[in-house]
Amino acid sequence: MSGGPLDAVLAGREVIVCAGSGGVGKTTTAAAVAAGLAAGGRRTIVLTIDPARRLAESLGLPDAGNEEIRVAEDRLAAAGLAGSGELWAMTLDAKLTFDELVARTAPDAETRDTVLANPIYRQLSGALAGSQEYMAMEKLYELHAGGRYDALVLDTPPSRNALDFLDAPGRLSRFIDSRSLQLFRNSGRAGLGIFGRGAGAVMAVLERATGVDLLRDLAEFFNAFGGMAEGFGDRARTVEALLASELATFLLVTSPRAAAIADAAFFHGKLDEAGMPFGAMVVNRVREPVAAAHGEAVSKELTALLGESLARKVARDVADRDRLAARDAANIERMRAELGGAPLVAVPELPGDVHDLAGLGVVARLLLDVG
Amino acid sequence: MDGLLDRRLIFVTGKGGVGKTTVAAALAIAAHRAGRRTLVCEVADQERLAAAFGLPAAGFREVEVERGLNAFSVNPEDAIQEWLRYQLRSRTLAGLLGGSRVFQYLATAAPGLAEMVTIGKVWELAQLQRKTPGSAPYDLVIVDAPATGHGIALLGAPRTFGEIARVGPVHRQARIVDAFVRDPETTAVVAVALAEEMPVTETLELERRVATELDARLARVFANALLPDRLSGSEAGALEAALADGPSDGARAALTASLAAHQTARAQRSQLGRLKRGLDAPVTTLPHLLTHDVGRDGLDRLAAKLGRDL
Repeated sequence: MSGGPLDAVLAGREVIVCAGSGGVGKTTTAAAVAAGLAAGGRRTIVLTIDPARRLAESLGLPDAGNEEIRVAEDRLAAAGLAGSGELWAMTLDAKLTFDELVARTAPDAETRDTVLANPIYRQLSGALAGSQEYMAMEKLYELHAGGRYDALVLDTPPSRNALDFLDAPGRLSRFIDSRSLQLFRNSGRAGLGIFGRGAGAVMAVLERATGVDLLRDLAEFFNAFGGMAEGFGDRARTVEALLASELATFLLVTSPRAAAIADAAFFHGKLDEAGMPFGAMVVNRVREPVAAAHGEAVSKELTALLGESLARKVARDVADRDRLAARDAANIERMRAELGGAPLVAVPELPGDVHDLAGLGVVARLLLDVG
Repeated sequence: MDGLLDRRLIFVTGKGGVGKTTVAAALAIAAHRAGRRTLVCEVADQERLAAAFGLPAAGFREVEVERGLNAFSVNPEDAIQEWLRYQLRSRTLAGLLGGSRVFQYLATAAPGLAEMVTIGKVWELAQLQRKTPGSAPYDLVIVDAPATGHGIALLGAPRTFGEIARVGPVHRQARIVDAFVRDPETTAVVAVALAEEMPVTETLELERRVATELDARLARVFANALLPDRLSGSEAGALEAALADGPSDGARAALTASLAAHQTARAQRSQLGRLKRGLDAPVTTLPHLLTHDVGRDGLDRLAAKLGRDL
């Protein structure tokens, strides 16, 4: 079969995570993969947690948080993406997901309200310190467990080193883990004895450094949250197991620029260390050399056609393009050596910026056998 | 024009992959050439800035790039340790506390603490009365900040932290830092953008978010990596006519490439127009260097352009 370069990589995978540093076309790749899988017959949803809501824009969807929205068939057909599957999309609202989770996990309404109103919780559930990543995992789990989709494609939050994405959920779940929280529950200073001698003194120093209210808020947060922590921890471990399983795969997305390639190579190593399944490296916006445009005969022909001055301008455009294409090729070779035979897909730079469904269709056909 | 280089702190943010590090480094060189004692500073373990200058990683210390131009890399771990030392006025106590499990849990728990100590360190670097023993003051500190969302979180950290800690020394410090970073006389928040559909859209959105979430304004936007447009409309017409004339394959490829470059450059000009029309902030353009690795030569070229324009 002819097929696309990612057909084999994604066969049988139910969870596809697109990761990479910022500005490399991750959202576009995630949306194009989802559109391609849908056109290939799978009921697919793409999740993005990018606060800029780029995906919604790409899909022509209105702003919407945590809503599963189906992309209309006629829109898909117009972009050459008609097929037997379905394409759905969701813009994840981390704060809303966190609130939903608290409401579901809280033992009673009072605990729920205490947590939701606590200043520490309100900061924690916002855009800070890994909550986006954690909530992406949470939604991924929920949708996967719901079983309504054949494939889930996750666009991860923009992060320059892409590592936060793997680390953050673990960090947050370790923190929320009940054993550590127990230490703070109903603590006051006496309860901190478990930290060993001097903990009371440490707390006294800390109060001096921070101000008392912060500690009171923390104690309240821990108290209210403590009973819910076990569920959070379990959930994080289940998601981690799902991601490490053969149902999942990671697509690493990069641009051919040196800095992005270095980030992607680093992330590939980390993925390996973490025992997560690597699917393929997708290199976006690769410039190609101007084939056959060189030599004296061509130069003479252009001069005859255009005159000397205009022919020189054309030659400079060709030289610029070739220089950039040579750099791209060298960086991609470095990446191939790094991957040692694992799949790498180079997506050529397309005329114009890919920001609508038609553009996604073009990318989807470069990645998958859309039919 | 607006005295950008006369501020004390310039905070460079923008969408990922648009060239924030390059612009921050070029601004630093331009400020240095204009006679400012300058520090350029990156946050969150990036270590890209040193590489841009062709230097080994700076780390959590002021490293001289050349006389009067230094680089610094802020990471939250070292910033917390340093903050504790100031707070407790004791290295031993700070080490004890920083190493204690209680504190580590609290540090994870106190949301925004990493952002707060990071922006706190940036603030300290920008003070004329430095707290760091033996350090000289800078005229200007330039921050290579994280991308849009995280960049706003970083700038907003003092305000949110001041709200969490309603009283006490943290509250007071957060207020001081917040006042400094949101005072347009002392601090300029600038954005880097590319002249493409989505980066322009995000930059317009960033300007709105800076206004609504930080109650501040963007001082300037740098439209980066503008490609040269070598062809006039009639020249492009001449190329199209030549293409229709049945040229050889080689000539066809060259003509097509040149026309594609022309179209890309035209599309950029149109997006640049959209950016300028949509923004309140003024826009400064920077050329595409037509090379992958910007290098010191490239930075110097961009700095020269900035020196003329700012």
